[in-house]
Amino acid sequence: MRRDERPLASLPVWLWLALAAALAAQIGFRALHSATKLHEADLPPPPSASALRLAGLGERAAAARLAMLYLQAFEYRKLDYQRLVEWLHNILELDPRSQYPLFAAARVYAETPDAARARLVLDFIYREFLVDPGRRWPWLAHAALLAKHRLKDLPLARRYAAALDRHTRAADLPLWARQMELFILEDMNELEAARIMLGGLLASGAIQDPAEARFLAGRLKSLEERMRRERR
Amino acid sequence: MAAAIFVRLALVEARRGGLAWFATLCLLGGVALGGFVAQLAISESRLTQASIVAALLRLSAVFIIAAQVVSSVRREIDERRLELLLALPLARAAQYLGRLAGFVVLGLVLAACFSLPLALWAPLPGVLAWGASLACELALVAAAALFFAMTLTQLVPALGATAALYVLARTIGTIQQIAGGPLAEDSALQRLASGTVNVIALVLPALDRATRTEWLLYGAPQAQALGAALAGCLIYAALLAVAGLFDFQRRAL
Repeated sequence: MRRDERPLASLPVWLWLALAAALAAQIGFRALHSATKLHEADLPPPPSASALRLAGLGERAAAARLAMLYLQAFEYRKLDYQRLVEWLHNILELDPRSQYPLFAAARVYAETPDAARARLVLDFIYREFLVDPGRRWPWLAHAALLAKHRLKDLPLARRYAAALDRHTRAADLPLWARQMELFILEDMNELEAARIMLGGLLASGAIQDPAEARFLAGRLKSLEERMRRERR
Repeated sequence: MAAAIFVRLALVEARRGGLAWFATLCLLGGVALGGFVAQLAISESRLTQASIVAALLRLSAVFIIAAQVVSSVRREIDERRLELLLALPLARAAQYLGRLAGFVVLGLVLAACFSLPLALWAPLPGVLAWGASLACELALVAAAALFFAMTLTQLVPALGATAALYVLARTIGTIQQIAGGPLAEDSALQRLASGTVNVIALVLPALDRATRTEWLLYGAPQAQALGAALAGCLIYAALLAVAGLFDFQRRAL
């Protein structure tokens, strides 16, 4: 890619000056109008999943992740959470196998100190969990923990924990996630319900691991002792 | 073998035209973008890198091939080399298909080079499927660009037509879904519009099923799905090649 060129020294001085002036004008103009930070009010209504797919020329996975990067550029504490949830829903619809929107919902947006906003996000996680429990259970487990410890809303936490246990058939669902409802029931002092659940779990034969079965049997025993003590 | 000479000519022209430098720049830009995206993503950083870099490289490869084919053919026509070749005792089919084969081989090389960096972030079977599909997609784009460059007389309309066909082919599936959505008004006009879209889709390649980023992220496709995607591209490339040859045979000196 070579071409015949005249030496630089042969160019007229005015052309050098014009080039320098044009470059300086460009840099100066851009420096004066530097990139503005995105404000919460700038978050537009979400485009539909079809529109996002069209804009991304059918690149669903890339468009979904680019949309997430765009969304996370906003200062989330003051965002319109209703709109935020719509964005997350549409992004998830664009690439249902992506965990990014649910990760951001559970780990970032739901951890806002504003309880009303947090509830909106937790409800979103719950709804999306029901669509694909096998893949999305970790986010509902986190939502249950947030409902219990951050919102101090034990009935809500129990609802999520119960859904986790009932809808998830994933083989990799850990014991703690399956037992979450039990612990919440204990915290709610619903000892009889907890005892029945734990007994049912053991009787169903769903626990294959002997160590897990021993642990749960011990737990059932201590639960029954606690109930006896309370009756006295 | 006249066709082999055309293949070699296409490759030599691409090398001398600085295509290798531009392709390398695209690759480096893609890898740099991947690094940048990894810094921004708070989850699935590897998948985010793979998906965005793959989308960028796919578009770059398509642009490179289309621009190379159209500019090469236009140069031949403008410098009257095409007329000289037509006057030689060479079969027109060998000339046209030889040229196309050269561009297809170029696309194959480009697809192989552009697939390599994706192995950094995606499993090998997915990368191989993606690369094979990109090679077929580039063959289709080369056939389309050659067809439009030969039939349309100017560079900009030829490039524009190639780009329009490509974009439409990649979005027609979504357009069909939107047109036939459950909320669409059930009127004669809507049915006509939806029917028109469906008819247009029949004469377009199903590029929305080819070179899918999902293969890099969630595992290679089933052999049947991959075969259908590759076959779809190759059938349409063959259609464009025959249509182009049809026009080329009619070309007067």
